[in-house]
Amino acid sequence: MLTKRIIPCLDIKNGRTVKGVNFVDLRDAGDPVELAKQYANVGADELVFLDISATLEARATTLDMVIRVAEQVNIPFTVGGGISSIEHVDALLKCGADKVSINSSAVKRPDLVNELANKFGSQCVVVAIDAKQIDGNWKVHLAGGSIPTDMDLFEWAKEVEQRGAGEILFTSMDHDGTKNGFANEALAKLSESLNIPIIASGGAGNVLHFVDTFKEGKADAALAASVFHFGEIPIPDLKKELKEHHIEIRL
Amino acid sequence: MKLVIINYGAGNIKSIQFAFKRLGVDAVLSNNPEEILAADKIIFPGVGEASTAMAMLKETGLDTLIPKLTQPVLGICLGMQLLCEYTEEGNTKGLGVFKTQVKRFDNDVKVPHMGWNVIKDLKSELFKGIKENEYMYLVHSYYAEHCAETIATTDYSINYASALQHNNFYGVQFHPEKSSFAGEKILENFLKL
Repeated sequence: MLTKRIIPCLDIKNGRTVKGVNFVDLRDAGDPVELAKQYANVGADELVFLDISATLEARATTLDMVIRVAEQVNIPFTVGGGISSIEHVDALLKCGADKVSINSSAVKRPDLVNELANKFGSQCVVVAIDAKQIDGNWKVHLAGGSIPTDMDLFEWAKEVEQRGAGEILFTSMDHDGTKNGFANEALAKLSESLNIPIIASGGAGNVLHFVDTFKEGKADAALAASVFHFGEIPIPDLKKELKEHHIEIRL
Repeated sequence: MKLVIINYGAGNIKSIQFAFKRLGVDAVLSNNPEEILAADKIIFPGVGEASTAMAMLKETGLDTLIPKLTQPVLGICLGMQLLCEYTEEGNTKGLGVFKTQVKRFDNDVKVPHMGWNVIKDLKSELFKGIKENEYMYLVHSYYAEHCAETIATTDYSINYASALQHNNFYGVQFHPEKSSFAGEKILENFLKL
């Protein structure tokens, strides 16, 4: 059976991992390649690199990082952050990225989703959506969740699916950083109304949160950062426990 | 060992080149017929849309060259599908090496089939040292139907051929270059064929 995926997310700035990382056996915890290799070795199913560099010069270093990751890591990885052109995507894929993730740029110009899907195939187009509830309605937010829009999460997700997105990475701003669990109700609604995989993001605090997001949230994959980086939830332990909860997982 | 990865503009071939580099083999990217014919082993990759990829093969004449190759050839993902007789994607006639058809998954499952799934019913030197139900990474919306040339199967919506072999031609639906150490073992096995 197709397994649920566990995806560590690494924030990258100027080619280096930014959030503090507390990982054993790392020579250089700031080196995304070292960290990525470590994650691949302990059973991560995929990786996401989110480039939060502010300048174009800094982004150029990301291409270099992508090459080094592709050279040394034997699992798939996605690169996101500040991607808004076909040329940029072409460069990232040529460096060895498997998928790219677009967010605000898709909201600003939805045709970008079609163009990327047509040129490179849906399989490498992940649309990331940040949303939070306003008066009981899930509204899409831009620029890392700082700018609210009028767009409804579920309508936007449906639209990007129709435009050719291969996957949706949904981050609940209401849950992100809380460590109180994922937005399972919204995730289940997304998963049931769409026919492409949904990655749950935001709120991971313990192992049961992952169990819940796969069972109740019907997520196809779950993404987290700090619980993995600080060793709070070792991936081998997580996967073993998921298996004990009868969730299909790669061991 | 001269290893050539056929470079016809379809998809992410860097990952395959890097995977072989991790195994200590430098693969050459080429669309030059002479260079391809002179290779010991050939990788036929492919990511993207079938009819577009086939058009690119025709432009370079590779559509007639590839089926005549006598060295071990490994088609990966769309590369495997293009080696079949026909694919529903873009209503495309294939290269006809594998006597089977490629169809789209029904919508009773999420499409694309994306992530890690198991390969089983393994029967080929390609899978030497690989255990039944080993996990491989797959990303695809179309699948090859079973045929006499099936050497591995996978379940998703139905049981389909996740690997095929016809004489010197091998095809895998999964991405060995992205399938951790087990995937690398399969690439290593291919180099030893």
